[in-house]
Amino acid sequence: MAILHTVNKSPYEKTSLESCVQRSDAGAAILLIEDGVYAALAGGAKAELVKAALADRKVFVLEPDLKARGLADQALIEGVESVDFDGFVDLTTQYDQVNAWL
Amino acid sequence: MSEENDGKKFMFVNRRAPYGTIYAQESLEVVLIAAALEQDVSLLFIDDGVFQLTKGQNTEGVGMKNFSPAYAALGDYDVSKLYVEKESLEERGLTLDDLQHLTWEDEDDDWAEKDSIRLISRDEVKKLIEEQDVLLSF
Amino acid sequence: MSIEVNGKTYETDEEGYLANLNDWTPEVGAAMAAADDCELTDAHWEVINFLREYYEEYQIAPAVRVLTKAIGKKLGKDKGNSKYLYQLFPYGPAKQACKYAGLPKPTGCV
Repeated sequence: MAILHTVNKSPYEKTSLESCVQRSDAGAAILLIEDGVYAALAGGAKAELVKAALADRKVFVLEPDLKARGLADQALIEGVESVDFDGFVDLTTQYDQVNAWL
Repeated sequence: MSEENDGKKFMFVNRRAPYGTIYAQESLEVVLIAAALEQDVSLLFIDDGVFQLTKGQNTEGVGMKNFSPAYAALGDYDVSKLYVEKESLEERGLTLDDLQHLTWEDEDDDWAEKDSIRLISRDEVKKLIEEQDVLLSF
Repeated sequence: MSIEVNGKTYETDEEGYLANLNDWTPEVGAAMAAADDCELTDAHWEVINFLREYYEEYQIAPAVRVLTKAIGKKLGKDKGNSKYLYQLFPYGPAKQACKYAGLPKPTGCV
């Protein structure tokens, strides 16, 4: 089983991403959506969370949510991959199931 | 049901405290529905979710329904797996003794009364999540 | 919706379940049953009282499977089976008996 975890809360306000990183297994993927995308910015105080996950998991960020927040041109943490909505759908089919960290 | 059920494994992931938001109560409601339909249901309590199981909840002063007695009915619904993450409990200064003592009766063992709450580590939580067919987060 | 018993009006939901749990009296239960052409015997009351006690303890109305098992444990196997309970409450033991007991419709009941 490989799981796609989605996180939709800012790491500066909620612990959803931290909880997800602590409890997702190697081989899983984390997709940052909505306010979750703030975690993907390089140089952020919470960047360590995403970097820790990248050691043995993939981390994706939903581009339309970055754009909506004026962050399209910001540098992302190295290793984080951008996806559009089609890419999001592809991910949900590539992984066995989706778990939302709310 | 439980282990010999060849249906899908449903796990409800609870990570919010009760009363402050509606999540905990909604989760319990859906758990009861799923269990009434005889699915293989387990519950995971992590982060503030562990606060859902404290004993002695009394909501008289806040005008809300105290739904915590319903956790004790889960055994009747054949829900016998309530996983509580040890680290979450410890981080909040709680121990197992602060939680309700929840039990179920094992039909295959002459109706012996067994504990429903299983204390597991964060590493075990990772594995457990991977074993599920359906995860429902609250 | 509402039901009138001894000149007093009690609010119910659209399916006839009592809106306020604390409004319940045995007379209200009997009147709800009468409206369904059902006359309550001691055997009915035994189940209704069991449900009220269950609700008092757990704050939920049990699903029919759970009710059957729990009745069997408390009142014996000859009563803890669907045949016996459906004879008493042909519209569904949990659903119908909960209504007369003044409880909400059991969770998971459609």
